Amino acid sequence: MNIVVPIKQVPETSNVKMNPETGTMIRAGVETVVNPLDLYAIETALQLKEQHGGTVTAITMGPSQAEKVLKEAIAMGCDEGILVSDRKFGGSDTWATSYTLAKAIEKFGTFDLIIAGERATDGDTAQVGPGIAAWLNIPLATYVARVESVDDRSLTVERLVEEGYQIIEMEKPALITVVKAIASPRLPTLRGKKRAKTATIPLYNAENMDVDPASLGLRGSPTKVVKIATPKVTRGGTVVSATDEQSVASAVEQLMAFLESRELV
Amino acid sequence: MSFVWTIAEQYEGRLKAVSFELLSRGRKLADALETKLASVLIGDGVREAEMQELIAYGADEVYSIQDPRLAGFVCESYSNVLSSIIKTYRPSIILAAATSTGRTLMPYVAINVKAGLTADCTELHIEEGTGNLLQTRPAIGGNIMATIKTPDHRPQMATVRPKSSRPLVPDPARVGKIIEVPIEDAMIDTRVTVKGYRSDAEDFVNLEEADVVVAGGKGMKRGENFAMLRTLAETIGGVVGASRDAVDRGWIGYPHQIGLSGKTISPKLYIGAGISGSIQHLAGIKTSENIVSINVDPDANIHKVADFGVVGDLFDVLPELQRQLSARLDGNRRKGA
Repeated sequence: MNIVVPIKQVPETSNVKMNPETGTMIRAGVETVVNPLDLYAIETALQLKEQHGGTVTAITMGPSQAEKVLKEAIAMGCDEGILVSDRKFGGSDTWATSYTLAKAIEKFGTFDLIIAGERATDGDTAQVGPGIAAWLNIPLATYVARVESVDDRSLTVERLVEEGYQIIEMEKPALITVVKAIASPRLPTLRGKKRAKTATIPLYNAENMDVDPASLGLRGSPTKVVKIATPKVTRGGTVVSATDEQSVASAVEQLMAFLESRELV
Repeated sequence: MSFVWTIAEQYEGRLKAVSFELLSRGRKLADALETKLASVLIGDGVREAEMQELIAYGADEVYSIQDPRLAGFVCESYSNVLSSIIKTYRPSIILAAATSTGRTLMPYVAINVKAGLTADCTELHIEEGTGNLLQTRPAIGGNIMATIKTPDHRPQMATVRPKSSRPLVPDPARVGKIIEVPIEDAMIDTRVTVKGYRSDAEDFVNLEEADVVVAGGKGMKRGENFAMLRTLAETIGGVVGASRDAVDRGWIGYPHQIGLSGKTISPKLYIGAGISGSIQHLAGIKTSENIVSINVDPDANIHKVADFGVVGDLFDVLPELQRQLSARLDGNRRKGA
């Protein structure tokens, strides 16, 4: 079974510092990592490969430095990584991103399954996974918490939904997005790290992919960002300090009095 | 034409609460654009009397697309149906709830009809002059609010969190039209079958309906420490929630997650321990009646939204709170006896 895992390079912390003057992100000194939720997709893919054979290919779209996250994926056990990178892809919204990644997966060749993370921790839209499935016109299951079974023709999965779990059977090739409950991501191995170091990462760009230039990057994106603001939310309640044994006791007494006054205890 | 649409959701033939919440958002936009509001219901077994409720809650029209093969959510079939009626009726705006259904269907459809789609919008306005939909959403861990528009493509599509708006007061006298839209067999995607539903899941928690939520974040330091929160929740009659940081670290299950990527809650009392208060988390709790924060960092954002904040180490404060609460409950019991 050949599996493709689209992953994303994101800032290491979600508490990114913003420049209050310009409203832009301060990137200096911010480490980038594999989107934490993509690790669950990689793990699911590796487990399926262990059970059914085949290959796992990680694919990412981003600047050339994004090669780093592909190497991390290889260190975990992925067979290869593909970097989709071109200045023409810059400024893509989820529509243009899913278009470009779908085209890259078409160029890659045949596959049985695409496994994506639930969403990326920076953009937080959860739209690119479903978008890729739509472009490729393949069945989609989101919020998958368990892969129940896989056979030659189809797979059965459980989706985490509001009512509990929805069990669906879908023909392959298909795309699933997975939630954290599905697996615990493994750590990279020493052997994997060595392999990652020497691995050659193919570069897919606007030149060698079969893409419509009008659908790429900022130009190909239906949505436009018009304003960025740093939000403020305040309620202005009582704040007490609890720094030593005595002040802890007195702070909690005041908290108890507060809870009583609001009839909460 | 150019109506505003909302996507109504159903489960086993009953409309879900989000269907009515969306109508209050949609009504505001339709009024600003001086156009009509329609609700689109894809499913099976929803009776006409219930569809009439959608009209009472603000819809001018209801498009009903019902078929036994649409009873359970199947993205591909629902997408075929929705894409087809979008092409027929050409709405200007489509709003869906950011539920497991909305967040799956909308991105799939947006590709098929080449629409702009913005996830998890907290504010929706109509831009003066152009009539474009201005969609505001948090991004980059909630550190920024981005306002987004789709100037050249229609429809403009957006999802909004459940419970983030209140339904309008229903007016049973409101008059509207229910339009039955037939489906074609080709719209049913036979590659996917719903085998059933299961709700016996362990670690399932109904955060949205709890009166008290005791939540832990990164400051809890490890999963085992959530036992403190469970005991406290039990004592005070609540359930345990968590920030995304805690869930991302695997300390507690995803069903407990509060915030824009988890649950949005409105309990009588929310207690946050070791939670710094990212805008994403705050967006999930800001409709709580009372907010109590416990965090060692005096500058933590959560203290700014708290009705009562304790600046202190949660490993000192929580045990003391547990002690005083238990003592008080014991006292009450003795008084009662």
